Amino acid sequence: MLTIANRTFNSRLLLGTGKYPSFDIQKQAVEVSEAEILTFAVRRMNIFEASQPNFLEQLDLTKYTLLPNTAGAKTAEEAVRIAKLAKASGLCDMIKVEIIGDDRSLLPDPIETLRASEMLLNEGFIVLPYTSDDVVLAKRLEELGVHAVMPGASPIGSGKGILNPLNLKFIIEQSQVPVIIDAGIGSPKDVAYAMELGADGVLLNTAVSGAQDPVKMARAVKLALEAGRLGYEAGRIEEKDYAVASSPMTGLVGS
Amino acid sequence: MKIRLNGTQVELPEEVTSVESLLAHYELQNRIAIVEINEDIIQKDDYKTKKLANGDVVEIVQFVGGG
Repeated sequence: MLTIANRTFNSRLLLGTGKYPSFDIQKQAVEVSEAEILTFAVRRMNIFEASQPNFLEQLDLTKYTLLPNTAGAKTAEEAVRIAKLAKASGLCDMIKVEIIGDDRSLLPDPIETLRASEMLLNEGFIVLPYTSDDVVLAKRLEELGVHAVMPGASPIGSGKGILNPLNLKFIIEQSQVPVIIDAGIGSPKDVAYAMELGADGVLLNTAVSGAQDPVKMARAVKLALEAGRLGYEAGRIEEKDYAVASSPMTGLVGS
Repeated sequence: MKIRLNGTQVELPEEVTSVESLLAHYELQNRIAIVEINEDIIQKDDYKTKKLANGDVVEIVQFVGGG
């Protein structure tokens, strides 16, 4: 169970909805993933071609919690504007703060993210900031009162997986709010690794939508997430430099 | 009247005077859309009463796929 603010979810997977090959494949992938929280972006409607299908409008919205992002914002003020637009839909009050500070790496702007989070908390939003893996920034965000922190594993869409497990571990250990590893996840092994580190959840998009078979990959990341979480809860053995025999050293045949 | 709609200058027919009639004009009344006029968000309950004025800057936004 994953609890964010006062909401409880059976799945610890948060799934992005961008860049699928088709709505049909996307629907199947969402279903198979068993994710209950789906992220969206807010954009101008293509009014002059209003008949264009929209994925959100094809979803059973009673089954999902929408997590709109503020992607496209470069300042706290722009992020707040997008968040308010999203909330005015009447469909959601959670917001993923995403303020990009560098166009090439798409890494988040820590100062604007902190400012936006404070402004949005004052407006009554449930605030989930996408942040870098900076341990102190995560602490400062938590002190503001954010409802989860979402440090990136590596740059958005890069598929490079977890580059700084130590920082993520520090963030997980210090946090009283859920820690959701967001961005850069490439494959099921990254998902399992994040969960074994003790993350409360994983948010990914391209790892599934960009896979050759997104539906199969949706199932793979779901299973990896469950395996990683179980492994974390079970408590793994300590690493040692030398072998420790699994078979008894006494009663050897012929001794 | 003329308004700026999602970045494009448009001339509206005379009968389009409210947010509600604007959405109907573009066949958006059943879509999940959010309306902003001159950077003020218009709540759904106000669609009928909120009048448009010449030169308004109107944004109609929606949710699209994203991560």
